[in-house]
Amino acid sequence: MPVTLGNQFKSAALGAAAAIALSAGAATAEVEIEYWQYFFEARVNAMDQLILNFEAANPDIKVNMTTFPYADYRTKVAAAIPAGEGPDVVQLFYGWLNDYVAAKLIQPLPSDPFSPSMIEEEFFPMVAAMREGDNYWALPTAVRSLALFYNERLFDEAGIEGPPETLDEMVEIAKKLTMTDDAGNITQVGITAGMTAQDHHWFREVLVRQFGGDPYLDDYQTVNYNSEAGVMAAEFYTGLANVHKVTAFGFMDEPQAAFKAGRAGMHIDGSFRIGALNKTRGLKWGVAELPANSEGMKSNYSSYWVNAITTKAEGEKYDAAVKFMQYVTSDEAMQIWLDVVGELPAKPSVGLTEANSNDAVFGPFIRGLAYANTTKFANESAQRQILIDMVQRIDLEGQSAADSIAVAAEAEQTLLDEYYN
Amino acid sequence: MYRSLSVRHKHIVWAWAFLAIPVAFYVVIRFYPTANAMLISFQDWNLLGDRTWTGWKNYEKLWSDPVFWKVFRNTFVYLLIGTPVSLVVAFAIAYHLDKLRFMHGFLRMLYFLPFMTSAVAMAWVWRWFYQPVPIGLINNFLSTLGIPQVEFLRSTTLALPSILAPAVWAGLGFQVIIFMAGLRAIPGSYYEAARIDGVSAWTILWEITIPLLKPTIVFIVVFSSIGFLRIFDHVFNMTTGDPGGPLNSTKPLVLMIYQTAFTDYSMGYAAAQTVVLFLILLIVSLVQLRILRDR
Amino acid sequence: MAVADTEFRAASETLLAPRAPRRKANAGQIARWLLLFAGGILMVAPIAYMISTSLKWPHEIYDLALIPDEPHLENYVYVLEDGRFYGWFINSIIIATITTVSNVIFDSLVGYTLCKFRFPGRYIVFIAILSTLMIPTEMLVIPWYLMSQSLGWLDSYWGIMFPGLMTAFGTFLMKQFFETVPDDFIEAARIDGLNELQIWWTVAMPLVRPALAALAIFVFLGNWTAFIWPLIVTNSVEMYTLPVGLSSFGDEADVQWELIMTGAAISTIPTLVVFLIFQRFIIRGVVMAGLKG
Repeated sequence: MPVTLGNQFKSAALGAAAAIALSAGAATAEVEIEYWQYFFEARVNAMDQLILNFEAANPDIKVNMTTFPYADYRTKVAAAIPAGEGPDVVQLFYGWLNDYVAAKLIQPLPSDPFSPSMIEEEFFPMVAAMREGDNYWALPTAVRSLALFYNERLFDEAGIEGPPETLDEMVEIAKKLTMTDDAGNITQVGITAGMTAQDHHWFREVLVRQFGGDPYLDDYQTVNYNSEAGVMAAEFYTGLANVHKVTAFGFMDEPQAAFKAGRAGMHIDGSFRIGALNKTRGLKWGVAELPANSEGMKSNYSSYWVNAITTKAEGEKYDAAVKFMQYVTSDEAMQIWLDVVGELPAKPSVGLTEANSNDAVFGPFIRGLAYANTTKFANESAQRQILIDMVQRIDLEGQSAADSIAVAAEAEQTLLDEYYN
Repeated sequence: MYRSLSVRHKHIVWAWAFLAIPVAFYVVIRFYPTANAMLISFQDWNLLGDRTWTGWKNYEKLWSDPVFWKVFRNTFVYLLIGTPVSLVVAFAIAYHLDKLRFMHGFLRMLYFLPFMTSAVAMAWVWRWFYQPVPIGLINNFLSTLGIPQVEFLRSTTLALPSILAPAVWAGLGFQVIIFMAGLRAIPGSYYEAARIDGVSAWTILWEITIPLLKPTIVFIVVFSSIGFLRIFDHVFNMTTGDPGGPLNSTKPLVLMIYQTAFTDYSMGYAAAQTVVLFLILLIVSLVQLRILRDR
Repeated sequence: MAVADTEFRAASETLLAPRAPRRKANAGQIARWLLLFAGGILMVAPIAYMISTSLKWPHEIYDLALIPDEPHLENYVYVLEDGRFYGWFINSIIIATITTVSNVIFDSLVGYTLCKFRFPGRYIVFIAILSTLMIPTEMLVIPWYLMSQSLGWLDSYWGIMFPGLMTAFGTFLMKQFFETVPDDFIEAARIDGLNELQIWWTVAMPLVRPALAALAIFVFLGNWTAFIWPLIVTNSVEMYTLPVGLSSFGDEADVQWELIMTGAAISTIPTLVVFLIFQRFIIRGVVMAGLKG
């Protein structure tokens, strides 16, 4: 699988290079629009290809892409756009959209061709978070979800048949995969754990629901995990380290580092990690859907980056931006994005094709989209921090899960109240 | 016109002529944005939208924010541990290095190198030293001796000293060089006289060396205090996953300001914190300038 | 004024050529040397790991071995082959150099004025400049950005370097150094009929040359590693400075530590060269600033 992807990627890049050579002498463009996204090699390559295709179909439009380092992309965009310095079409994380809408920095997509009824028919349901009234504010090219990565070599060595289907199985398998040294220190974890990575999403949208709860109410404005389900979820999660001893928080600093280094049997992570794992030499890994609870209930978390038209785009630039938006949300663009970046198509018509949904790597993620929830964050990093602290109070200070969950819920509610006023 | 001025007035004209461009520079590039930050501390602003006036709300929020008091305490712990520790260690190294000749330049270079290297890269290396087994160098060493693991960065009590260590380490070479310079400046005749009197090395150290080094010591105290009160790089880079360490146990004020401004985008609240930091630094610096004068 | 000028000079000269009294290599001296050597090795151990990591393959970076199993230079090839690297390198050199020259001129001019002239407002100017040390740069970034935007300075060398053209640190440092220049020299120059600008440039400046070198190194180091402002003010990859460019080796899913270590190792080289050339002056400069107080 990784090999095929690499080849596809290479041929895409070659094609792009050839197209650049061909189009160099083409007629000069009449309208130029500016597009911003963060730097990620595969995304840049994919977008280069989309731009080439788009410019070939629209010879009077030229698209310039600018990229910025991921870690500071948000600050960069937040400084530039209000100053009127930014792009015509910009890529934003879905969680930031509220602030941009409130500040009137982006404009709604025109209902022709982006009519809500069309979008709701064609896209996966979680994009509904981008709707306000009769308009959509932004649309993704690709979406992400979570899945369980597992190390095939370690599974073989421990004589384990395949990935777990339920949480209980997951714990049992993790026990077999955990290794300790003579002093009892863990040297290989059964499953990685760390709220600093993707686990806070797994906890909110998956575990709390699987233990019978509903993490938020009122369209994510009221915290609701301070419940029996929330406490059970927290006990289960911290129990992986403290009761079952199949993991250690902070093992090898970052969960994904432990998995990449072959020191972790299982690892829950997002689809955006596929590319990095493909590049890791000597790692044989597989993917499975997130384990269900004992009643077979599944859940998942989905997030996405959206493209939006800024208020800077006016007149013919606006028209060009709309055409560009139309192309980057087309089926063709989504397939290219999947092939080059490895991110999941935002439409069932592309995602749920026979080939895609049964793909060994993408399949589990794409199938997860069908039952995924998207948290509406007011401030993702602050909300993540609250869950990091929740686990640390239990793990480092010995607080009970019930007390710790109560403190976390109160802190998060304060934060949400402040945000929504 | 100019010729008719007195010497004193000519000096005033020259002084302001020399200062014209720099003063304009500082006013436009430094004071204006600073005044702006002070103004923003009375406003609510998320960087994207409009600014709204909120009066003292940001300061009231700061006063009742338990994280702020934790951070306030941490900032002073960095100062109160970091400054004396680096002072004593740097002095000890300089004192002994001063008495050696063999490969002196090479040894001095070893101690100075950390001052020159990238803080980001070094923070990662230190972070990696502190990890538990199997990847942590220190814990692997402890485990071969049969000593239990030490959770350096994941402990609410040890994380702060664990981050302070590389911060001290990075600045040590600079302080060593200053101390050596100070030691060399003490006239040899003092030592000769003491030796003739048959005074012990310990007495020479306490009665001659240290009193004569006081100007150097004051200089190092002032500069390292400002450094430790503004500590940021090491903390930020060693705790990226959970910025500020477990349950904020390592978070200094500048990191809180950075997070409030660039992950929460509460520019007003961040500005209020900046004003507080400004006042702390101003008070500490004025006290130290006073000590300098009393010398 | 605790220590006289001659002693500064003596101090700096002894440092240039260490002249510790020759002693017999007794057991105490050997123990002292070994302890300091061990301490020195501890000091550079993290740097050794930085270099070691830059010679490793990605899957080896968590190995504890200081010597990689199969050391290789692929990371260096990768970083240097990236065509953009040279552009970033040149940008950084240009910006650090111009900023350094500007600081050397203006900080010393202001320091000299504050030190050698008596005029109304002197103390206020001094305290006001000093107080700029107390505001973290992070808070000034947004106002600077808005200013650059309205003046058309974005994405230009000028935009990257304007905030650092003068610094309070340098001004304070130079003021302290000019204290060591005897007023008699300046009076003598006035009697010879030089104007104040000439006195500053031809009389005072040469006397603090070591201090200027020290300042130059501090400013160069500071600008060489500056990150947040160059990132905010630049838009095009061609305008990036080295630290901003190197930061693109980390992305959302994967931080390529072996490349970051390689970049750090490479970017230490120019600062090391600058340091090795000027270290004698740093030591002299520090001697004087440190002891004047």
